[in-house]
Order: sequence, then C-alpha cells, then structure tokens
Amino acid sequence: MSIKLLLDKANVPGIRGYEVYRREGGYRSVEKALKMQPADIVEEVKKSGLRGRGGAGFPTGMKWSFIAKPEGVPRHLVCNADESEPGTFKDRYLMEFIPHLLIEGMIVSSFALGSNTSYIYIRGEYAWITDILEEAIAEAKQNGWLGKNIQDSGFDCEIYVQRGAGAYICGEETALIESLEGKRGNPRIKPPFPAIQGVWARPTVVNNVETLAAVVPIMNIGAEEYAKIGVGKSTGTKLISACGNINKPGIYEIDMTISVEEFIYSDEYCGGIPNGKRLKACIPGGSSVPILPANLLFTTAKGEKRMMNYESLSDGGFATGTMMGSGGFIVLDEDQCVVRHTYTLARFYRHESCGQCSPCREGTGWMEKILKSIEEGKGKMSDIDLLWDIQRRIEGNTICPLGDAAAWPVAAAIRHFRDEFEWHVNNPELCLTENYGLRHYADELQVPVSA
Amino acid sequence: MSVQFSEEKLTKIGEIIKRYPEGKQKSALLPVLHLAQDEFGGWLDVPVMDYVASLLSIEPIEVYEVASFYSMYNLKPVGKFMFEVCQTGPCMLNGSDDIIDYIKQKLNIKVGETTSDGMFTLKTVECLGACGYAPMMQLGKHYREHLTKEKVDAIIEECRSKAN
Repeated sequence: MSIKLLLDKANVPGIRGYEVYRREGGYRSVEKALKMQPADIVEEVKKSGLRGRGGAGFPTGMKWSFIAKPEGVPRHLVCNADESEPGTFKDRYLMEFIPHLLIEGMIVSSFALGSNTSYIYIRGEYAWITDILEEAIAEAKQNGWLGKNIQDSGFDCEIYVQRGAGAYICGEETALIESLEGKRGNPRIKPPFPAIQGVWARPTVVNNVETLAAVVPIMNIGAEEYAKIGVGKSTGTKLISACGNINKPGIYEIDMTISVEEFIYSDEYCGGIPNGKRLKACIPGGSSVPILPANLLFTTAKGEKRMMNYESLSDGGFATGTMMGSGGFIVLDEDQCVVRHTYTLARFYRHESCGQCSPCREGTGWMEKILKSIEEGKGKMSDIDLLWDIQRRIEGNTICPLGDAAAWPVAAAIRHFRDEFEWHVNNPELCLTENYGLRHYADELQVPVSA
Repeated sequence: MSVQFSEEKLTKIGEIIKRYPEGKQKSALLPVLHLAQDEFGGWLDVPVMDYVASLLSIEPIEVYEVASFYSMYNLKPVGKFMFEVCQTGPCMLNGSDDIIDYIKQKLNIKVGETTSDGMFTLKTVECLGACGYAPMMQLGKHYREHLTKEKVDAIIEECRSKAN
C-alpha cells in the first residue's frame, strides 16, 4: 500500500461536511500556521520540494517567494480549478468529495502570501461543484476559519468562487487572470509575471487545486517528512486520474515510487486492460504530453524500468520520453487507432485556441484538417511531413504554452507511430473499416533508441 | 419578454460585485452572464447583453466579446434540454462517437440542431473532465456518465416527462 496524504480520509462517510472533516483532524494546519511567521511557511513549502500539480511542475515555494510586496497594495491568491486538460479529472474529485481540504490549504496559503481575498476560479462546467465549494466556504466561515480575525490571529481572509464559462485556455494563469477580470481568456505576454502584476495589476499567485491541498499535509507532518516521500525531486504524493482502456478508471494517489507497468496492471490501481487486450500506447500526463508506445512506456531508452515520477517519465526527453504533466493518464489498447485519437486531440486544441497568435490559431486548424483527411483515407504521404512541419512552426512561437500543447501530441504521434499514418495513406479504403492494430509497438526494444 | 432581473437576482448580483475591489465590477461579468442565461431563456440575446452591460456600467461591446469567446454562452436559442456530449480522446476511446450517432438518429437532428418541438438541442463539446466515466454528456447543471444507448433512451424519457 502506498502512502496517502490527500485521499487518506476520502472514504470516511460525511467527510464532505465540516463536522466530520474537523473531527478527522481537519483545520489543524491552519491552527499551526497562524502561530508561525508567513515567511516561515513559505520556507517550509520550499523545503518540502512540492511542485505545481497543474502540469508544469514548477516548485511551489519558489513561486511563492517571487510575490512582490509593494507597500499598500493588496496581494491575491487564486486557485486554478479550471481543470480542462483531456484525461485530467483529479481536482474535480478533490473538490467534490473533500472540499474542505482545498479550503484549508487555501487559508494557510493565503496567510503565507498575505492574501486577504482569495479566489477559486473553477471551470464553468463544474457547476454543481461550485455549490459544494460555496457550502464548504460558508461552513468554514461559520466556524471561524474565514472572515475577520481568524482564530484571534488578526488575519482576515475571504474566499470566493468564480465560475468560468467553457475555455481550456483559462487554465493558463494569465488567461485565468484576464477571465477573472471579466475579459476574454487571452493570455498575457510575460513579463510582468503575475507575482508582480496579476489580477487588477496586483501581485498574484495562481496555484492548482491539488498543489494547495498538498500544503495541508506539508504543514501537518512537516516539510522534512513530506520530502522523504517519493524520490529525488518528485517529493510527496501525486494524484493520477486514470482513464481510457483500463479496468478501473478513477483517481489514484501515488507516492511516485511505483513503476508505470505496476500502475497499469496492479489491482490496486488501473487493474489492467479490459477483455485481455494488450497495451498499445499511453499518454501519461494529460493530452498535451507525448504519447508513448507500450515498449518505451515501460522501459526507458537506457533500458531502465520507467517509474511514475517527474524524472523517470521525462527520461529520454521527447525523443523517447514523455512527461508527468497533470497526471491525466490515458491508456490505449491494441484496438485503438492512434491517428483517430490524435485527430480528436487536434480538434480539441483548434477549438480551444484563443486566436491571439497566428501560429496557433491557423496551425491548430490546419493540423486538424490534415489529420481528419488522413483518418478518412484521403491523405497523401506528403501530408505526414506537412503535419510535422506545421507543429514545428507552432512550438515555441506563441505567447502561451497552448501552442506547444497542441504541437506535442501531433509530433509524438508521428515520431512513434509514423508507420500507422503511412498505412492509412497506403490503405485508404481498408483504414475505414479496420485498425492498424498493435503491430510492433509492444515489442521489446532491441537496440537503444536515440533521437 | 422584458429584460429585467428579479429583486432577488439583483441582490445576488450586488453581492457578487462586492467580491472584487471598488471599481472592478467588470469582474462580475462571467457570473452575471451565467445568471442572465439561466433567467432569460437559456441564451443571450442582444437586449440581454445590453442589459448586463448597463448593470455593470460597461460598454455593450465588452459583453459581446466575452459572450462570444466562451463556449458555455449560447448566442442562439437552444432547446429546453441541451445534450452536450463530449467527443475528445478519452471519451472517443470509450465509444462517444456511437453515442453521438445514436442521439442524432433518435432525435432526428444533426449536431448543433434543435428538435422541431424546441425540446432538445444536440451539441458536441470538448473534454469536460469526466474522462474516467466516459462516455458522458452534460445536461443542465449535472453530468450524465457511463452513457449507453439504454441510458440515452432513459434520459430522453426523463426529459420528456419533466417537460409535461
């Protein structure tokens, strides 16, 4: 059994409500934090090694330490609950079933950052979760954990929930800030970074739901103990949302020391692939991260067992590795078509491009059209190279990372599954009724793979 | 239809505006548009958007540009019940294409259309964060997950009986 820090109480009946949550030890971290100096809490989070759980994996304590403190200017903490990366549904689980864990983490973090008014920006479609959070906030306030002079500490804090309205781009922190200001979700050019000029030009820290929830166990067990869990720079636990062709889709808390193979096949986690099918490919960190064929997924190019942590998943770079990303773990079995799957992702990114930068606005639509024609048996061999060329011209040439996020899945699909694309082009009729199948994608790698 | 929120809603809007700093009432735009869409027939007609602009003391264009950016705001009338079926990767792996085809055939409409009785609108959407419970659709405020053809039949029946 792995260690659980976030979901250890998830199955306690009534944990969604304040009374049970408090009885189970909830809000202890606030009691502890309010007796500390804010700067010491920031240090504690730095020491814990906690990395942003939204996808980028940036060290949280360091992000906090960047916040500007100009005299007389209010600062704000904003929780990014705009979870929209295909394959990712972990924040939803936390907020839906243990809402007080997020509220508790936000109170401690608000105190550490000096935010008297903090916001949760939640994706618009999670309408019923907005109600759950607002109820939890009201309960916390009734019990003196929010409002004026919290627990006689002299610290005031309010938390408000803001619903988005259907835009993946608002998960990008500057787009989120624009949206919170009542505007279109167009990302801002950085610098200035939000820590200097964020919402309403005030210093702002934007953190993911899971990141803020993780502050609670860090305070409770201490940064040193927290940092002992996991391996290397992947400290603590990580929530993985597993989906696709697996027996047990759902949310799993892992301590980052298990292997990818164990995660897929162990009954404690995904429970293997339905109907005895074989694994073809996997996108382990949300739709933006590179897809890997089965053989590269379980073993790195160096021949080592690949583990479920930041370093091991990215071992080999994009040539033979992938990324931890948001922890949206998508499994494709032998019957799935990588071309079709990539097409749905390209369609997603075209739909979600804000339209501000031309490489992304034009490129995502172009990639979608080409992928659709290859999928429908109308593609030419030159289309594959054209796709490669387009994604190269998007990557790195946009204001925000959505361009990269749109380019990477296409690049990785061609890099590892080029023969499947070629088969579509060469078999324009057959590809409408049959799939390419597993072929060699699970075969053991004979020679070390290089870029 | 007169475009005027109830007193209760106006109080709610006043509370929302207080969440932001003085003079930053534009921040209330997204929440107020949600309220307006719920209140005024499920979509945002121009007079409704103009009304929202006046409530927040902003220019109508500031409302139009936001309403047209976010996919949850409807700029055309929609049916009483809107089936928003996810079609992105993880749902596709679990058969969302078949579900969409089934709904099309069952309601005899294409994606984006509304049934002639004004009851149902079918819309395809991109990832709603229910990948582990695929295929799925959003219906009003809630998600309907692990969809099968039988479940779709039951949902259609449920909507019809609610409407009567």
